[in-house]
Amino acid sequence: MKSNVLEQTATQTFDLSARGLRELNSSLHALSGATNMTAWEVVNPKGAHAIAAGVDAPVDISVMGSTGYYCAGMNKQATIRVKGSAGPGVAENMMSGTVIVDGDASQYAGATGRGGLLVIKGNASSRCGISMKGVEIVVHGNIGHMSAFMAQSGSLVVCGDAGDALGDSLYEAKLFVRGSVKSLGADCIEKEMRPEHLEHLADLLRRGECDPTIKPEEFRRYGSARKLYNFNIDNASAY
Amino acid sequence: MTSEFPHTPPRKSYTFSDAVNADIRRAAATGIYDIRGGGTKRFLPHFDDLLFLGASISRYPLEGYREKCATDVWLGTRHAKKPIHLDIPVTIAGMSFGALSGPAKEALGRGASAAGTSTTTGDGGMTEEERGHSKTLVYQYLPSRYGMNPDDLRRADAIEVVVGQGAKPGGGGMLLGQKISDRVAMMRNLPKGIDQRSACRHPDWTGPDDLEIKILELREITDWEKPIYVKIGGARPYYDTALAVKAGADVVVLDGMQGGTAATQDVFIEHVGQPILACIPQAVKALQDLGMHRKVQLIVSGGIRSGADVAKAMALGADAVAIGTAALIALGDNDPALEAEYQKLGTTAGAYDDWHEGKDPAGITTQDPELYSRFDPVLGGRRLTNYLKVMTLEAQTIARACGKNHLHNLEPEDLCALTIEAAAMAGVPIAGTSWIPGRNGSF
Ligand SMILES: Cc1cc2nc3c(=O)[nH]c(=O)nc-3n(C[C@H](O)[C@H](O)[C@H](O)COP(=O)(O)O)c2cc1C
Repeated sequence: MKSNVLEQTATQTFDLSARGLRELNSSLHALSGATNMTAWEVVNPKGAHAIAAGVDAPVDISVMGSTGYYCAGMNKQATIRVKGSAGPGVAENMMSGTVIVDGDASQYAGATGRGGLLVIKGNASSRCGISMKGVEIVVHGNIGHMSAFMAQSGSLVVCGDAGDALGDSLYEAKLFVRGSVKSLGADCIEKEMRPEHLEHLADLLRRGECDPTIKPEEFRRYGSARKLYNFNIDNASAY
Repeated sequence: MTSEFPHTPPRKSYTFSDAVNADIRRAAATGIYDIRGGGTKRFLPHFDDLLFLGASISRYPLEGYREKCATDVWLGTRHAKKPIHLDIPVTIAGMSFGALSGPAKEALGRGASAAGTSTTTGDGGMTEEERGHSKTLVYQYLPSRYGMNPDDLRRADAIEVVVGQGAKPGGGGMLLGQKISDRVAMMRNLPKGIDQRSACRHPDWTGPDDLEIKILELREITDWEKPIYVKIGGARPYYDTALAVKAGADVVVLDGMQGGTAATQDVFIEHVGQPILACIPQAVKALQDLGMHRKVQLIVSGGIRSGADVAKAMALGADAVAIGTAALIALGDNDPALEAEYQKLGTTAGAYDDWHEGKDPAGITTQDPELYSRFDPVLGGRRLTNYLKVMTLEAQTIARACGKNHLHNLEPEDLCALTIEAAAMAGVPIAGTSWIPGRNGSF
């Protein structure tokens, strides 16, 4: 059997260390909405970078172990589960679909993401949701410093604590933190939690597979004070 | 009888000149630094300080008009499955939609395609105007990632990871509220009318080792088809070029300090970075030291205006050049025909640089529909094609005179310098000598 001929039914098992990254990603890119190869298991990921980057099909991909940088980068449509921890930039610039990390995520998780849902069941390191542009991120544990830096839109939910400078220079992204916030970044303030926010948060907690005993009322909401939107010399010390 | 001693004539300070004092007064009155478009306005050592020697008894020329002097260039031959082939080595540099109007982007696409060269997107993402009218389009991957998406990556012909820009190495982008129209706001996912400052560092990588992995990811997403360029500002060209090569770049784009910008602090434009003349030899040396000269192609920019500049850049070892400001002028920017309108804006044709205010009477650097609809993209494209063709003819004229049947065969040996500074920077001897300051040889 030629190695690139894949079983047409059942779960496709792909041994990454035997067959290599290029073959994995090109096989995944060849899938379209019409495929019947909708379930994939990537074994032996061994921390490789760019696993399942650039997928654009409604398929289910499980990565059976920990990944290096940029796993699920620019994902569209696919549901990608990392059955381990994820290196830097997991689901960076994701467009749609769902990415679920069972373990922890390194820096820049969900960076610049434009859509879809990223769930991190462990903790996320610094710069989680940096420059996010519409993605929804749910972190079960804590997040590190400078998270949601320059975040433009979308939501970041943190069931644990947030590190220093949360939401520095952010625009219209919504941040929800259940635990403590070590410090807020420039132009980030606590905001009133209104009924529509509670409703949105309840939906995110459910879709983010959070512990059902966690209630939206336990969170605080943070967002932009919008003081840096137009330059004013008297705010210069904030930069 | 009054004193026969004449008064000391009034004398203004060189240090505190009228221009300097005006800057101080402006800062005091407004409380904000000066932001403007364009490149450096100060005098800098430049290609004007180099001359070609031409043919002689020891070198014979090619017959102008009859003997062929080829101008084509391949870009991205190192790793890309689909390298780019351009008819001429003059490309259009990345200029953002947002800074430029949709019709201006269309004109760049039309003009470049008809001349057989590429255009480049810019901060703010890819527009239909530009994709639709550009045969070869380079898609910039910038720190802001405005509009970034995998579909546009795949419909681009090459990807340019922007690390820096010559006008502001180490600086991020800036697009002030006046230009954040509904369309620009939507493409960038920002509130309308805010002063938008884009990041100076990429959000998900720092340093050369990360860059290598980022390039790998971009290659994987696009199935190794597209050439990947890395654009650097003229800061430390030797090391930056070497690190870009190490990170896996197919092409290095090097932008010297003269390079234009849509909007940056004047202090940044005038005081940070090195002139392109000083940058090219350092980048070429890095490529040669790594055995990668011509394997990783070098595109240079920053104040390129004519075929002579193209030929000089190539003689110093570049594979191609990029133009920004010159392309805008060809489209009609700062045209004296609009003098009355420039006067109304308190400026004069040739000096208009408040592009960030979005009031460009030429309709090029604006998002105001009334202004940009004055600009005819078909005519603009035609003008750009003409200009690109003239530059190419000029470069060929020089190359033939130096006995070269391809622009790439021009070499430093064909050049001499008029000043000590230019000789030292370019690494070519001062005219009439064999002296290259800092190297061997003497008057
Ligand atoms: C109006 C304008 C907009 C620009 N926008 C970008 C940009 O979005 N990204 C970028 O890398 N460089 C940008 N540049 C810089 C150009 O890509 C290029 O480096 C520079 O214009 C070259 O120098 P020159 O203008 O002297 O030809 C811009 C330049 C101008 C004039």
